[in-house]
Amino acid sequence: MTTVPTPAPAEDTPAGAYPGRRRQRRPRKQGSQSVEGVTLNVFSHAFLVLWVVMAAGPLIWVAMTAFRSSGEILNDPMGLPIAAHWENFTTAWTEAKIGRYALNSLVILAGSLTGTMLLGSMAAYVIARFTFPGNRFVFLLFAGGMMFPVILALVPLFTIMDNLSLLDTRPGLMVAYIAYSLPFTTFFLTSFFRTLPSGVQEAAMVDGASHTRTFFQIMMPMAKPGLVSIGIFNFLGQWNQYLLPLLLNNENENNYVLPQGLASLAVSQGYRGDWGALFAGLTIAMLPVLVVYAVFQRQVQAGLTAGALK
Amino acid sequence: MKTEEQARTPAPITKSFVPWRELGLGSKLLFIAAVFMPPRFTPARVRYDRRYRTLDKYRFILGFLALPLLFYAIFVISPFFQAIWYSFTDWSGGATANFIGFGNYEKMWNDERFWDSTTTSLLLLFVAPLITLVLGIFFAFMITSGGRHRKGQAISGVAGSSVYKVVYFFPQVLSIAIIAVVWQRVFSTRSGLLNGGLEAVGLGDFEQAWLGGEYSLALIATLTVLCWSFVGFYVVLFSAAMGAIPKDIYEAALLDGAGRGKTFFKVTLPLIWDTVRTGWIYMGIQALDSFAIVLVMVPKHALKVTPVFLYERFREGQFGYATSIGVVLLVLSVVFSLLIMRIGNRDRIEY
Repeated sequence: MTTVPTPAPAEDTPAGAYPGRRRQRRPRKQGSQSVEGVTLNVFSHAFLVLWVVMAAGPLIWVAMTAFRSSGEILNDPMGLPIAAHWENFTTAWTEAKIGRYALNSLVILAGSLTGTMLLGSMAAYVIARFTFPGNRFVFLLFAGGMMFPVILALVPLFTIMDNLSLLDTRPGLMVAYIAYSLPFTTFFLTSFFRTLPSGVQEAAMVDGASHTRTFFQIMMPMAKPGLVSIGIFNFLGQWNQYLLPLLLNNENENNYVLPQGLASLAVSQGYRGDWGALFAGLTIAMLPVLVVYAVFQRQVQAGLTAGALK
Repeated sequence: MKTEEQARTPAPITKSFVPWRELGLGSKLLFIAAVFMPPRFTPARVRYDRRYRTLDKYRFILGFLALPLLFYAIFVISPFFQAIWYSFTDWSGGATANFIGFGNYEKMWNDERFWDSTTTSLLLLFVAPLITLVLGIFFAFMITSGGRHRKGQAISGVAGSSVYKVVYFFPQVLSIAIIAVVWQRVFSTRSGLLNGGLEAVGLGDFEQAWLGGEYSLALIATLTVLCWSFVGFYVVLFSAAMGAIPKDIYEAALLDGAGRGKTFFKVTLPLIWDTVRTGWIYMGIQALDSFAIVLVMVPKHALKVTPVFLYERFREGQFGYATSIGVVLLVLSVVFSLLIMRIGNRDRIEY
């Protein structure tokens, strides 16, 4: 199951065998190298496991501590849960409003992700498949936006939203998510649409399909792998967004999205000393994303690393 | 050419093609009206005209581009230009904004708090990519070539490499704000994982009030979280790049008697250099923008980075000043990117 492409195994390796476990003599090579291979193998596993502990350790600790009472946490932060304190989760979900924040996040995401994918693929399709004056300009306009840091837009974006009376509203936040996701989405999908064969599009046109119909019924299904990658990228980016909600959705605590809610919870629970609920809240926030990731790991990794390879 | 096209077109319009100029006023109006008409209500005379196809194409292009471009122009492009304008004004949210030239930049130059936060940001900018990339390349190399030698293969990945990558990638799918809260708990003096862990292994002397307000400790904490969240990303990125290197290059190196170390420095690293450079720039920009980590995790009096300093000025209502800091940040990240491009520019190796 390695993702590293390896050439076909030699004739004496049965297909699907677990290669690391086989002790093999290699007659043609010197023994010293094989020893080196084994030591290196042990050595590399040791380092790799070390980082597994580093990467997953804090998260596992949070999930475990979520089942402990605040008193236990303060006494011994490293201890295992004695009795499962499920009430931490109910407190987090209701009193600390994690449920509400999660719902807000979902509602915002439903609108913003649909909008991003629709608008992004529309723009990308037109840029990739049609020649018209200004095509290059529009493409560069979107591509240039990828360099633009949101933090620079802080003040103007705030005033624009205020003037359009979109400040502290859901549509406002959705629109902002869409606008700031468009550059990369369009850029990525443009290169994707370019790789699709043009014959199919022409065939559809000859058969009398309109441009719109060709797009929605022929080209969109063909672009599915690209749409999935960029969809995952945007899903995580928008679900995890912190700066935009902090700027545009800061007035009413009931409208907070999940990351925003947890950040404020960290402050308020600190005053109350109710650490158990905070840990439970963190667990509730992290678990679904991690589960979804574990299921779609290959697509997620491909989608997210595509961002850096622009 | 012309006869062919006429032969293909349906019967009603076998008339010869009339240039746009010579078309009657009525037909011209009909064409203009056709822009807004659904095809099925468009008269056949217009619909099967060659010009209608061009018209239809542009109508489609405009229709599809209008909304994305509108959103993009209002919320991304226009804030950019407004920001540059605001940075030269003393605007503080009221009705008037006076042009004050480089006043904000002068103020920034003399503002000690700006320099404090920017020094921290620059430190992160130089140190964070270094640590993250070295760790990322190291683990990626371990994953792609740390395995035992198999017969007939010069290089092989470790067993379970995809499991490693899945776990390493965990932090990347979490919100940076949530990561900041998690690590705030980890670093907690009384009930944190770090101090608790140190005590458990008998290193109680090393316990610290990590986020208690001391600058150097807060800096270490910020760096740790920054690197922790991105190492996995680079492991995945670099191991994909390393996996794309053809195996026969490694075989050739092995035949020539190159060891693992030599293979890494002479073969692997040069061949993934483009990816490393891109990753370096990307990580630098992330380090400059370590807004959420510092805002959520680090107490205000311990340490600040430039984006946090900017945000505080914004909340104080110093809109002009805040945007000028944003402009400086943009310039910094552009200069950094160009610098890395220039430094890291090597001959591209095609394989």
